[in-house]
Amino acid sequence: MTVSSESSAASSSTLADLPKKVFVRLGILPFLLVIAVVVFTILSDNFLTGRNLLNVLRQSVFLTIVSMGQMLALLTGGFDLSVGTTLALTSVVGAMAMAATYAAMPDAVWLAIFIGCFAGIVAGTMIGVCNGIGVAFFGVSPFMMSLGMTSVGFGIALFLTGGTPVYGMPQAFGDVFGFGSFLGIHTPIYVAALLAVLLFVYLYRTPFGRYIYAVGGNAKAAGLSGINTRATLLWTYIMCAAMASVAGMLLTARLDTGEANIGASMPLESIAACVIAGVSLRGGVGRLENVILGALFIGLVQNGMNLARIESYLQTVVLGGLLILAVIADQIRLRYVASLKD
Amino acid sequence: MVSQASDAMVQEVGEGARASAHPLLRTESLTKDYPGIRALNEMNFDLRSGEVHILFGENGAGKSTLISMLAGANHPTSGKILFEGKEVHLGSVHEARELGISAVFQEFSLIPQMTVAENMFLGAEPTQGGFLRPREQKAKAEEILKNLDFHLKPGRRVDHLTRAEQQMVEIAKAFRTDPSVLILDEPTASLTNHETEQLFKLVAKLRKRGVGIIYITHRMAEIREIGDRITILRDGRFIDTVDAATTGEDRLVELMTGRVVGQIFPKVNYNPGDTILEVENLHTPGSGGLNGASALVRRGEIVGFAGLVGSGKSKFAQASFGSYPIESGRIRFKGQDVGKPKTRDMLKRGFMYLPSDRRSDGLMMMRPARENISLASLTNAPLSAGLFLNTRAENRVASELADRLNLSPRRIERLAGQFSGGNQQKLMLARSLTREFDLIVFDEPTVGVDVGTRAAIYQFIAELSENGAAILLISSDLPEILHLTNRTYVFYRGEIQAELAGDDITEANVLAHFFEREEV
Repeated sequence: MTVSSESSAASSSTLADLPKKVFVRLGILPFLLVIAVVVFTILSDNFLTGRNLLNVLRQSVFLTIVSMGQMLALLTGGFDLSVGTTLALTSVVGAMAMAATYAAMPDAVWLAIFIGCFAGIVAGTMIGVCNGIGVAFFGVSPFMMSLGMTSVGFGIALFLTGGTPVYGMPQAFGDVFGFGSFLGIHTPIYVAALLAVLLFVYLYRTPFGRYIYAVGGNAKAAGLSGINTRATLLWTYIMCAAMASVAGMLLTARLDTGEANIGASMPLESIAACVIAGVSLRGGVGRLENVILGALFIGLVQNGMNLARIESYLQTVVLGGLLILAVIADQIRLRYVASLKD
Repeated sequence: MVSQASDAMVQEVGEGARASAHPLLRTESLTKDYPGIRALNEMNFDLRSGEVHILFGENGAGKSTLISMLAGANHPTSGKILFEGKEVHLGSVHEARELGISAVFQEFSLIPQMTVAENMFLGAEPTQGGFLRPREQKAKAEEILKNLDFHLKPGRRVDHLTRAEQQMVEIAKAFRTDPSVLILDEPTASLTNHETEQLFKLVAKLRKRGVGIIYITHRMAEIREIGDRITILRDGRFIDTVDAATTGEDRLVELMTGRVVGQIFPKVNYNPGDTILEVENLHTPGSGGLNGASALVRRGEIVGFAGLVGSGKSKFAQASFGSYPIESGRIRFKGQDVGKPKTRDMLKRGFMYLPSDRRSDGLMMMRPARENISLASLTNAPLSAGLFLNTRAENRVASELADRLNLSPRRIERLAGQFSGGNQQKLMLARSLTREFDLIVFDEPTVGVDVGTRAAIYQFIAELSENGAAILLISSDLPEILHLTNRTYVFYRGEIQAELAGDDITEANVLAHFFEREEV
């Protein structure tokens, strides 16, 4: 609602142009959100309740964090397919380090948690370092680089664990970071909110954020304006992986085990969240607020489908369809941008 | 009014050559709009069979737009194309080719990994029952090449050919069908003298057969040698159609550039001061690179770099700026040796280069005007505050510059891609004002820019110079060089052919070093 009043205030145009303008400015997300809420409210009485919506928030917190990182890669005109692997590797390495420290020093619970988290996030971030070096310095296409790293990371995670879950983390880890809550809101949500605020400041209040947009908007122009495009790309993939790693540690706390098999759906879902939110696959276009909303939207759809008892296999069909729809919408939007002069 | 003029012209020059009642190809008020710019405006043009009709005009005058529509590669916004007296709608290059209109474009439409024959028959492969007939294709290709007297083997891969040979393949492609209209867009740009002669012989042969040829060239010698009539375009408009035999070079250049000079070029007071940029013996790698060029630019001067496209004038500036690799050479900036220049370092030293291709090198089309303006100065005061951006200052600076340059519409949050060509150029110019630069290089600052904005840009450049900045103006637009610069280097094939100063910068003097002198 605020959307339409805002854009009608911005320009005095005919009413018929309004949906088109909202579409051009904000992409397909507002339309999908309205449709989803209406459909699921009709399908299930439990959908539009405060408790359920809080549930959605909690369930989609991991995807939200990953999507924020994915957005950075998309903004530079690339993407990161290895976010799922990053999650898995983080989980495995973090859990093993934490369990080992805890076993050696059963009294130092918080030290074990700290060492575990640190090790896990560093391990996951290393995938981003590799991606970044490949993309920025060797000109490997982000598709090949992150696809390759997906295999590398997954292989390492399986090799480390032999395919079995890692147990032995201190109880407090899961209690605080997995299930803990403050004022009725779960810890992971606080973490996600903190990351969102930091990233917002970084993107919109520092030159470095602008560089990410500039490299995606026109890498040559950025280079001629004195921006170090390689460093920007490297840093972007590192941040993307770091975000995925944080999500990986939070998910580990939630599961209470280190798993090599988590995160497989993350690449698709995070890219879908970004694209639905209007992040251009050509780079340079997209807002953080919208991406968070996009991730929540995907959570909302999954939750709604669960409540409406749609089979989980069919859910993946819907998700893939949504992603393609969003890409088509992006193409149409680009055509409109050219035709709408204002 | 324009059509009257061209009708009169037909009567005047067409007495002898008129072969049939209808011209072979004719356009009526042909118009093409691109977002924000009218590339071709109410164009009336006619081509008779058996003539070589030359299109003449500056870069961006609309020649390419016209031929791309005649060849079916582009569709007119309004107006008609008549072929043999009947209106036609050319939906694609294939459709045009079926009718007998074949075009050879400047950019090659060849697939490098395929053979000569495969390229020639791409999209129209001889087949039988759905299967390719490679032997038939090869035989046909051989026949076409033989007819054209091109010494090419149909089985060779295109990426193993020289540029001139590729050009020949491109021409041969047009002869797959028997064309009645042939469009040649600067076909000799990469040909040697011998190959050019071959091409001219071919053109003469075709002309005898009654083929109408539309020929784009910048070379005066070619116009005299093969042209029958010349149509001059300027700023997307039809200017005149003249007889090639009776129209002198001076008259042509006048028609091509012909505007009242005093109205758009400001009077500049040159005040040469310290040397800012000094480049000695610059070499860049690769063939066609710079080959030992030296130049210097002083404060308060507007130095021009003239020359044909590919003569090295842009490369020289880019190499000095650090955005193009250097093989050897010495570069001094404000009296300091820079060694191998790096873009970021040069910007910090006070060297700004504004690239010619706004779309590919200059602007972030999907980002707002504000971000495009501030791009090069994000880490400088007042835009930066410690680690953070001062967004309020950024807004203020961008608004002020938009006011100063008369950005239209004056909305700094509008996407760069939505502005017209001239206003996009203003965004680039604004970038050079976001901090103090000692040297500003303008690379083709008025390509695709309307006359009004041109005047504003010239005024802007003049002011910068009078305020003590050193200006380097790289331009293929001769009037710009003649009226704006106080010293000009003429580039030819990677070398500096001449340095002209003050009153010596005349059209004759510059052109003398500009064009290839083949016949002398």
